[in-house]
Amino acid sequence: MGHWTEFERSTIQSIFSKLDYDVAGGKALARCLVVYPWTQRYFGNFGNLYNAAAIMGNPKVAAHGKVVLQGLDKAVKNMDNIKAAYKELSVLHSEKLNVDPDNFKLLADCLTIVVAAQMGAAFTAQVQAAFQKFLAVVVSSLCRQYY
Amino acid sequence: MLLPLEEIGIIMSLSAKDKAVVKAFWAKAATKADDIGSDALSRMLVVYPQTKTYFSHWKDLSPGSAPVRKHGKTVMGGVAEAVAKIDNLTSGLLTLSELHAFTLRVDPANFKILSHNLLVVLANQFPDDFTPEVHVAMDKFLSALALALSERYR
Repeated sequence: MGHWTEFERSTIQSIFSKLDYDVAGGKALARCLVVYPWTQRYFGNFGNLYNAAAIMGNPKVAAHGKVVLQGLDKAVKNMDNIKAAYKELSVLHSEKLNVDPDNFKLLADCLTIVVAAQMGAAFTAQVQAAFQKFLAVVVSSLCRQYY
Repeated sequence: MLLPLEEIGIIMSLSAKDKAVVKAFWAKAATKADDIGSDALSRMLVVYPQTKTYFSHWKDLSPGSAPVRKHGKTVMGGVAEAVAKIDNLTSGLLTLSELHAFTLRVDPANFKILSHNLLVVLANQFPDDFTPEVHVAMDKFLSALALALSERYR
């Protein structure tokens, strides 16, 4: 964990520089709430999540997706020490938000799907490997402060 | 040896809507089945290198190599069979389950890995069609497929 090749570094920077933070996070979060509906448990005050259409059109989901992506941006900017950069975020998720850490992987998988859909042929196997490695480090760092 | 789904106590059966969505999407995707199979396997071998242990007898494990393309075709043949037998996967895939259980002895955790890579390929090649609703139906279908494949393990 934490060691990046030049290819991995530049791949991650490139992917995130091309993502529209206003859109991609919301898409990933909405997909997570549709594909893994039990994750809706954390969003009781988001209003209408009754069906896929409602989730995908829900402005609170879109807004929160942006927050999530901004959190990921912190990891992109601190790739050499994501663990340290995420210390407070980890405490927040475990102590205040009480999120089951298994859910981090579900959201990460949905973000992978969103990026795969967006990047087309550029999303090669090697690019996918770099992206998933990055997300695995992010997830692991988020789980760090749970006890 | 519980599959992740069984561990968390969620066995989700396919609704009529799920089956309809799967069949409709498969009708579109089936024309590119060989490409999809090859791409999914290629990604699996690169992103999850531990899966290479099942293919030590292949000369070339690189993405899109001849053995990978050939095997991708075989795997997708199985997926097509599962779509056709979607109303009773367990009995329909009994022979395939015996193959995986007694001959191939693939650790069932790998079914989830291959499923993930199939979903990535579907999103990548059909970005407009692979909506969240299609995604959840396909994910459920592949999970049910994996469960049917595990039926004869023990």
